[in-house]
Amino acid sequence: MQLALWTYEGPPHIGAMRVATAMEGVHYVLHAPQGDTYADLLFTMIERRAKRPPVTYTTFQARDLGGDTANLFRESVLDAYERFRPQAMLVGASCTAELIQDDPGGLAKTLGLPIPVVPLELPAYQRKENWGASETFYQLVRACAGPHVPPPGTQRTKNATPRCNILGPTALGFRHRDDVPEVERLLAALGIETHVIAPMGATPADLATLGEADFNVVLYPEVAGQAAAWLRRSFGQPCTTVVPIGVGATRDFVREVAKLAGVPATTAEGTLRLPWYSRSVDSTYLTGKRVFIFGDATHAIAAARVAQQELGFTVVGLGSYSREFGREIRSAAALYGVEPLVTDDYLEVEAQITALQPELVLGTQMERHVAKRLGVPCAVISAPVHVQDFPARHSPQMGLEGANVLFDTWVHPLMMGLEEHLLGMFREDFEFNDGVQPSHLGHGAPSQSGKEAAPAAQPMPVPAAETPHSAAGAPLLSWVPDAEKELKKIPFFVRGKARRNTERFAQERGIGTITIETLYDAKAHFSR
Amino acid sequence: MSAAAAFPSAGCGDAPVLRERGQREVFCGLTGIVWLHRKIQDAFFLVVGSRTCAHLLQSAAGVMIFAEPRFATAIIDERDLAGLADCNAELDRVVTRLLERRPDIRMLFLVGSCPSEVIKLDLSRAAQRLSARFLPQVRVLNYSGSGIETTFTQGEDACLAALVPEMPAEPGAARSLLVVGALAEVVEDQFLRIFAALGVGPVRFLPSRRAAELPAVGPGTRYLLAQPFLNDTARALEARGATRIAAPFPLGVEGTTAWLTAAAEVWGVSPARIEAATGAAASRASAAVARIRQRLAGKSIFFFPDSQLEIPLARFLSRELGMRLTEVGTPYLHRQHLAEELALLPDTATLSEGQHVDRQLDRCRALRPDLTVCGLGLANPLEAEGLTTKWSIELVFTPIQGYDQAADLAELFARPLLRHAKLTV
Repeated sequence: MQLALWTYEGPPHIGAMRVATAMEGVHYVLHAPQGDTYADLLFTMIERRAKRPPVTYTTFQARDLGGDTANLFRESVLDAYERFRPQAMLVGASCTAELIQDDPGGLAKTLGLPIPVVPLELPAYQRKENWGASETFYQLVRACAGPHVPPPGTQRTKNATPRCNILGPTALGFRHRDDVPEVERLLAALGIETHVIAPMGATPADLATLGEADFNVVLYPEVAGQAAAWLRRSFGQPCTTVVPIGVGATRDFVREVAKLAGVPATTAEGTLRLPWYSRSVDSTYLTGKRVFIFGDATHAIAAARVAQQELGFTVVGLGSYSREFGREIRSAAALYGVEPLVTDDYLEVEAQITALQPELVLGTQMERHVAKRLGVPCAVISAPVHVQDFPARHSPQMGLEGANVLFDTWVHPLMMGLEEHLLGMFREDFEFNDGVQPSHLGHGAPSQSGKEAAPAAQPMPVPAAETPHSAAGAPLLSWVPDAEKELKKIPFFVRGKARRNTERFAQERGIGTITIETLYDAKAHFSR
Repeated sequence: MSAAAAFPSAGCGDAPVLRERGQREVFCGLTGIVWLHRKIQDAFFLVVGSRTCAHLLQSAAGVMIFAEPRFATAIIDERDLAGLADCNAELDRVVTRLLERRPDIRMLFLVGSCPSEVIKLDLSRAAQRLSARFLPQVRVLNYSGSGIETTFTQGEDACLAALVPEMPAEPGAARSLLVVGALAEVVEDQFLRIFAALGVGPVRFLPSRRAAELPAVGPGTRYLLAQPFLNDTARALEARGATRIAAPFPLGVEGTTAWLTAAAEVWGVSPARIEAATGAAASRASAAVARIRQRLAGKSIFFFPDSQLEIPLARFLSRELGMRLTEVGTPYLHRQHLAEELALLPDTATLSEGQHVDRQLDRCRALRPDLTVCGLGLANPLEAEGLTTKWSIELVFTPIQGYDQAADLAELFARPLLRHAKLTV
């Protein structure tokens, strides 16, 4: 049993819904109790879809449990087929229906529908949303393209013009809608045709032709990795391994697809602004900003590279809730010399952020709330999604324009360069102090009131970095008033770090009373 | 045309009801936690359920605005099901961790869910066991908000019913008024002032703002339902000796006056004093409602079932705002508690109970009402088809009861139409 205040991922059937809703001509019959229909609003409200998700729920109630829930399921399948006439149907159970063991797959099979019916086994007490999306996409691809798999040993014939599939974009995905055209643009510039984009916009008939492409572009390994691996085994189609988020990754991606397609790797980078913006002098203040990164594996790993290499930040923490990609997260964390944080416990992430005291958080909506409470700037880089993650404007994460978007959205929440210096020089300015937000963000000074609005019980009572000392029963450190006053002159966003460093410095040297001298000794000791 | 013909004759008391079975596009009772945890300010709601329950709670109402909410989910996992981990031991561990983190909590609700019901996890025994351990600091209660047993607002009913046995006994047979059903504090305060002017009292509210201050109940208790979905709570109160004051619900000017009058009559308040205590507020409210009436009169409205507030709302919209009722859907029709409402409803309305959402959408599309009241899953798709909609969930989260909210309530229905007329894009 796990105590959850917020969850990063929904149950696996939500993943199945993301695939079904992204596609055309698919209907999903979900054996589920009344109430599970809440999932519709994720699509109609958060994503503002104009159509209901193609999902029929059996919505059984207590009185049905004594009777025949299996028959209720059969009737729901027949009704849904009659009403929606899909090309293919998905059938499965949500968490509660899994417990009553009606076997939706077996039941649907006996109905003899004239379309492919794909049974989904999505263990709700074991797996989560992205796994469910991956499994659903894989099962659909197998069911639709399976009959077209060539006999083993068949030689692949290349298309005259190189052609690829783009796999992974779903409904309710973080900027999937905008990433797809960016990636198509990169491919078109190389003279590569896009054959099928799936699941987004594809029909089961389209999935049946996936094998006709020369290779697969895997945009989101969380969703499409499994299907792409099957396509490689079955059709001999290679697939991409680089996700084009950021300048370096986009260039790597272009090289990778060019090689797969057998064409020269060229991209017109005329619209790419990140490299120059990052080199322009105004960006000097970004140097070494301590950034904490958390999200799904794809976005978190990509964000770390962009942060470190393309914006000159220092990655101080990297983590993901995608346990399935723990290995990838760990090797990425090793690149930056940080401890990887692989967890789906929001409280653990909060504790980590509190302890690391970063200057910028790149995370999900959950980390946005944590950062807001701690008064740390934040940009959202990954699902779980919020209505704000579906902006009206084109706002990709991938490709050239995606890199430009990353620059804007990550730099915008930070204090602007000169503003930061002024804050350092005139610390006691009454209009220009800790409580004041960066001027370009306006809206007064919510950080103080925000702290007061937080619940009475502090979620994280003691910053982790301080605990070892107190736990060890070390003598209590005291600050002389002058030193305390001097500390207050240090800009608030690095003050916590200065305090911790000074106390560590004093502790290590057995200094019980911290004076101004101790403060500056410590500053000199720790200066980079 | 005579006035009688212009106004359809009233009375839906024994009108036929379309009973539907099929997909129900409604929330489960867990959703009530979203407003109950704001209402009872020292209570914590721990859902014992699945990842789906946790996901519902964080998605349903966009409640992530709260820094740290007073609700959470103990997510049952494979090990709990396989019996490797004793579910009860695990629950005790989770509750202990939770209460350590939140020393401000005085009442903890263990809230049952579909999975906990199906695996027959006995939360009432768990609540007793945990109460024994944490009292007097924390009282642990339980109720079910599961979708297999409750629809949306029935979660509040189940929660309040769980509170009733905890209410202290009223010594003697002293008469008191108990107002039952979560109301906004501003509404409670308005009602308190009016009851004081009427000389009706003492007046108490269930739920109370603090768990430790539950109102007393006994044979002298007369209770007024402020919400139409409190079937089990009413039964539990009657088992404690309380008597219901039958009344329409306090929505709109007419409903509010009738609701207050019903209580005043039990206290033997004279008509003159009732008029004196309510007249000014009622005419102020009528004037405010009348301004909105011109925007709504003659417009047709269709209700998808949602909160069980549909029938009182339909009564208000037809009688005070002149709207034309088409179908009025409700998840459950509780004839006894709604008798006074049904008597006021025009007999031209089609009442439906339960739901088959696809067939109901067909009827709605065929009728093309001027305004459709529906849940969040249906609103945007219907808007995209050119129908103007009102999200029903807002009717549960907004103060709508009483005189001074009557125009606000009308405005909630007028705004989508106004917006529709305003936009030229």
